[in-house]
Amino acid sequence: METLEQIKGRVEAAVPGASLQIVPNDSPAGEPSLLVDNGHALAVARFLRDDPSLRLDYASNVTGIDWLDAVVQEKRKVKQVIEGVEREIEQTVEHKKAGCLEVVYHLYSMELKHGPLILRLRTANRSDNARVPSLTPVWRGAEFQEREAYDLYGITFEGHPDLRRILMWDGFQDFPMRKDYVEPDDYEYEPTPHDDVLEKARQHFPGEGPA
Amino acid sequence: MSQALTERGLSDTAMAASIPAPEGAGAPNYTVTPKRTPDGSLEGDLLEISMGPQHPSTHGVFRMDVVLEGERVARLKPVFGYLHRNHEKIGENTTYLGSMPYTDRLDYFCSLTNNWAYALTVEKLAGLQAPERAEYIRVITAELTRLQNHISLVGFLLQDMGASGTPLMYAFRERETILDLFESLTGARMMCNYMRFGGCRCDLPPGWLEQAKQVVGEFPRFLDEFEALLTGNEILMSRTQGVGCLPPDLAVNASVTGPMLRASGVNYDVRKVDQYGIYDRFSFRVPLGEHGDVYDRYMVRILEMRESLKILQQALRDIPEGPILDPRAKLRGFRPKPGEAYGRIEAPKGELGFYLISDGTPNPYRYRVRPPSFINLTILEDMCLGHHVADVVIILGSVDIVMGEVDR
Repeated sequence: METLEQIKGRVEAAVPGASLQIVPNDSPAGEPSLLVDNGHALAVARFLRDDPSLRLDYASNVTGIDWLDAVVQEKRKVKQVIEGVEREIEQTVEHKKAGCLEVVYHLYSMELKHGPLILRLRTANRSDNARVPSLTPVWRGAEFQEREAYDLYGITFEGHPDLRRILMWDGFQDFPMRKDYVEPDDYEYEPTPHDDVLEKARQHFPGEGPA
Repeated sequence: MSQALTERGLSDTAMAASIPAPEGAGAPNYTVTPKRTPDGSLEGDLLEISMGPQHPSTHGVFRMDVVLEGERVARLKPVFGYLHRNHEKIGENTTYLGSMPYTDRLDYFCSLTNNWAYALTVEKLAGLQAPERAEYIRVITAELTRLQNHISLVGFLLQDMGASGTPLMYAFRERETILDLFESLTGARMMCNYMRFGGCRCDLPPGWLEQAKQVVGEFPRFLDEFEALLTGNEILMSRTQGVGCLPPDLAVNASVTGPMLRASGVNYDVRKVDQYGIYDRFSFRVPLGEHGDVYDRYMVRILEMRESLKILQQALRDIPEGPILDPRAKLRGFRPKPGEAYGRIEAPKGELGFYLISDGTPNPYRYRVRPPSFINLTILEDMCLGHHVADVVIILGSVDIVMGEVDR
């Protein structure tokens, strides 16, 4: 397979307006990934699947990742005048990094037997705009895995044919795989779809709807 | 490297011609859109039933919402999650090594391949390399796992078809000899917890190789007997041929892996493609199906067992002496550098993958399992449309699901 830089160049030529970014990977596995903007994700995915020298026809793994808001400390060298002499000193600069939810696709080619190419999509934030386009129209194999990411992370996949909870029950409202998920204080009273348990839960959490 | 089913003495196409295919078989474009009356019930002669979660054919706590028109399936939605314990969250709250025993519980039939997939991914993340003897032990245990998984699957498939008891008990008798090997090696029949990052937990006990050679030597005789009873059996052929056809392009697009994919004729085996471990040293073939029906899935598994026996014979012959653990591997205070890795192996049910992200702490930041039988269920509806309810049972049986892995 070509290098990721070559693929990036060809995708940008084939899909006008797409903004791609290579995300490095520091581990010895050394598989960098390609971050795609949400607006062109579907077109990029179609290109990767249909291009004759790539033919990434097999979406092996689809999953979500939760990145919390983080404070990143960065060391910078700054020139300062100290006691009349200009010196270079190291300063620690803190800046906030906004959190997001990320979807990762591991793509392989069954026809040409190469891969993986790792595709990443990011939501704008973790609360009101946790949306990415669904790639199920391109790879059917993403259908259940995107439903799982919706269920456990609360990522809304726009254009998914059947976006429902898959592992948790329908009445459940929280997203358990998020890093800031708080477990219920009493598992016995956690509401389930059964009526009598739901009634008990209402008594246990007065003033709240069925959680 | 592929081998067509018809290469064997039993030509399935010739046999299929002698028995007329059941009407409507292999025609999954039979679709009815269920309409509902204002009070919520279905219009016309459609009947909505819930198969499971305690149905004996569903291989665990699994449910299918089926809409039937007469005896034929018009819609089918799998419903699961009854065994969901958020395995991935547990993995994020445990050390890397602490997750190893939990991987046994994913596909509890094949704990050793689960161990291997996880160990392989962590080795990729931390840059470790298992020594030669450990690699051989991994191949031997993984292929023994494949044997006992496929043989019990065939037994369960026959049980689903109504051959109550006998084939399953025959299969379980042979599986027990392999589980005895696992017990003497790891201390447990099913929850083995055997592999470690950069090797294995303990060396082979004295006499184990001889015992394994004996089991491997006797297995083909059992397989011949089993096949003599089943492969040419007229009832089995008429129940399975032309049932649950899966075209290859749909199988690839729906990320179907393992014997189910190869039964549809797609030559993709991770052991051949990635050649992880030391699979490049063994000569074996990848059996392929032609029709993608339930019979091909049965046949591919039988042939895969024969290829596994070939690998086992070579591995048991060539296994060297030596250490079983990478000296760089740290069992205590194990903290891989920040980064991510995706590792995958050919587990008996399909491609089992692990995706790990390290942030430099003792626990993984993200721990993801790519479960093959969960993803193989994606196209269950497509395979079942237009078939009878009794066929749904064997189509599900041929997918080979384990709920510990589907629900996680």
